[in-house]
Amino acid sequence: MTALPVDPVYLILCVPLAGAGLLALLPDYRWSARLNVLVSLLSFCSALLLFVRRPSTGLFLQIDDLNIVFVVLNTFVAFTTSIFSASYIAHELETGRLTPVYLRFYHAMFQFMMFGMNLALVANNIGLMWVAVELATLTTILMVGIYRTHEALEAAWKYFILGSVGIALALFGTILIYMTAQPVIGTGLPAMAWTELFRHAASFDPSLLNLAFVFLLLGYGTKVGLVPLHAWLPDAHAEGPTPISAVLSGLLLNVALYAVLRFKMLLAANTRTFAPGPLLIALGLLSLIFAAFMLYRRRDIKRLFAYSSIEHMGIIAFAFGMGGPLANFAGLLHMTMHSLTKSAIFFSVGHIAQVKGTQKIADMGGLSVTHPALAWALVIGVVAIAGFPPSGIFMSEFLVVSSTFARAPALAVALVFGLLIGIGALFLRLGGIVFGEPRGNVAPDQASYLPFLAHLTIVLIAGLYIPLPVVSWFQSVARQLG
Amino acid sequence: MHSFSFDVAHLLAGSLVLVSFVMLYQDRMYALINTFALHAVLLALSVAWQAFVQDAPHLYVTAVIALIFKATVIPAALRRIVERLKIHREIETVVGIGLTMLAGIALVALSTVVMLKVTAAADPLAREDLAFALSIVLLGLLMMVSRRNAVGQVIGFMSLENGLVLAAAGAKGMPLVVEISVAFSVLIAFIVIGIFLFRIRERFDSVDIGALDSFRGDRG
Repeated sequence: MTALPVDPVYLILCVPLAGAGLLALLPDYRWSARLNVLVSLLSFCSALLLFVRRPSTGLFLQIDDLNIVFVVLNTFVAFTTSIFSASYIAHELETGRLTPVYLRFYHAMFQFMMFGMNLALVANNIGLMWVAVELATLTTILMVGIYRTHEALEAAWKYFILGSVGIALALFGTILIYMTAQPVIGTGLPAMAWTELFRHAASFDPSLLNLAFVFLLLGYGTKVGLVPLHAWLPDAHAEGPTPISAVLSGLLLNVALYAVLRFKMLLAANTRTFAPGPLLIALGLLSLIFAAFMLYRRRDIKRLFAYSSIEHMGIIAFAFGMGGPLANFAGLLHMTMHSLTKSAIFFSVGHIAQVKGTQKIADMGGLSVTHPALAWALVIGVVAIAGFPPSGIFMSEFLVVSSTFARAPALAVALVFGLLIGIGALFLRLGGIVFGEPRGNVAPDQASYLPFLAHLTIVLIAGLYIPLPVVSWFQSVARQLG
Repeated sequence: MHSFSFDVAHLLAGSLVLVSFVMLYQDRMYALINTFALHAVLLALSVAWQAFVQDAPHLYVTAVIALIFKATVIPAALRRIVERLKIHREIETVVGIGLTMLAGIALVALSTVVMLKVTAAADPLAREDLAFALSIVLLGLLMMVSRRNAVGQVIGFMSLENGLVLAAAGAKGMPLVVEISVAFSVLIAFIVIGIFLFRIRERFDSVDIGALDSFRGDRG
């Protein structure tokens, strides 16, 4: 397949960027919603092209085994979210929460954000990755505040300040990494390139590398939403438009976690550094148990699932902290499955909040009577995210727990405790939404179930059977992660 | 020549830490903004000196950005905000000044101990530069948590960012420094515009005091 005129990696970046420009110019919202879907589809197709032809690695961009799956996942979820978004925003326009001008801005920002996230994933340069993460953060901040209510502005402001502090700490870590690499690799761009860093990591100064990792973990960890750096996350999820909540939970957290993973790999490549595992395990367990307890007191449906995202990020950080081929495999699988399931849940939550005209759990009881289809969608989504078989989440959580039991039984007990607390809370709240006296609006919904079904189908299939090439691919990446 | 260049870099970076301390105990908005402008000027000098010593002309761009944007435009904008929001008379620290200063001293001691120990093998110029930069970063963080007012917090954030630019300029031959300082300027411009447009007066957990009384529902 050498006949391809351009490198697919440039397509992944240029398509969203060009899309953002076009969408900013297009005044009619119906067309821009369609164009948004089309651009997202094109990005997804160009991401698939990466499998056909792996582009060569440059000083700025690279595609390797680790990031290719995140790029594909990123563009896929963006594509399904754009379909969901098309049916979601029509309703927002009807109710007057968004005006056509804001919609134009919204669509352009959506693609711009995708550009930022894709760039962060394919960057071969730690400085470029940092700039891309900052770009993605800035665009999501603008989207979170798009409703211009006091709550939305407050959420955006909080996200802004905490995100900026996180990003500043990450930059300090990035500078320290360069300082470590510079005596070995020499000055200039190669000392910031991932490929070069990995090649020479063994001869880096270990103590400086340790310090750099602490800053990077705190910095990018803020964006992952690890407790105690999570304060921005529930507000940002609850107050922004629901498609953005889906993308935040499903993709942006993954991108930040990807950055942490890369730096962890760098540490693993140097045998004299401290083991980053215990740090990740501690943060992961703390996030899991804290978020699981916080789930009980939630009265807002989007906040509920935002805390559930913190919980799952905790599980993933825990898995990578445990390390080893099996736990890393489970962590990668969990990242993928959580991303698909959580965005699917936000798709259904978005429609539920729209038909009920509220996000308060107390005001949306009896959903199974008023809107059975949406109620079932939510139930299936929650059952999947809670980790019941046959969902893919069950598979990954089972792997995390069993690999932990084999090596550190005490930690496994804490992990299972957190998981059970979380499951209890989710079902308690789910019962309040789906069953009981019908409350709130009973108007029929105009939901599009296609994105939801697509995600859930993949998650359910993955729970029963994962194709062999995918398994072997996951295994090879898990070995790289150390 | 080497020892002279080292001394000047040392002097400038040390003055930046000192001015960070001065910012910690400012309890008037205008004085705080003026001190920040001084901080930015010192940063510009420091980066320009690094550009001269390392013979890296692109760093002059960063220095000019610091001088024009951070020492002139942003303070002017902040002064207008303070005037418009009528917060110029506010005393706005959360904890007492004595306690803040003590915490600041502890942070500087911490960063010096950590940095000098960790970077024993590195180039002495870069090494001391990093210790100073980390002190400025930590003092900036301290300022962000000890201020009650959005403008004070933004100044804290910008002084933190000055520390980062100092570190980046001190790292020999680091690429993308200019790009990163531009990216940060965009970020700060957004923050300042945000305060201006949405009239954010209080800490980042509240936007507008009057409106907040109506929103005490499900949070956190």
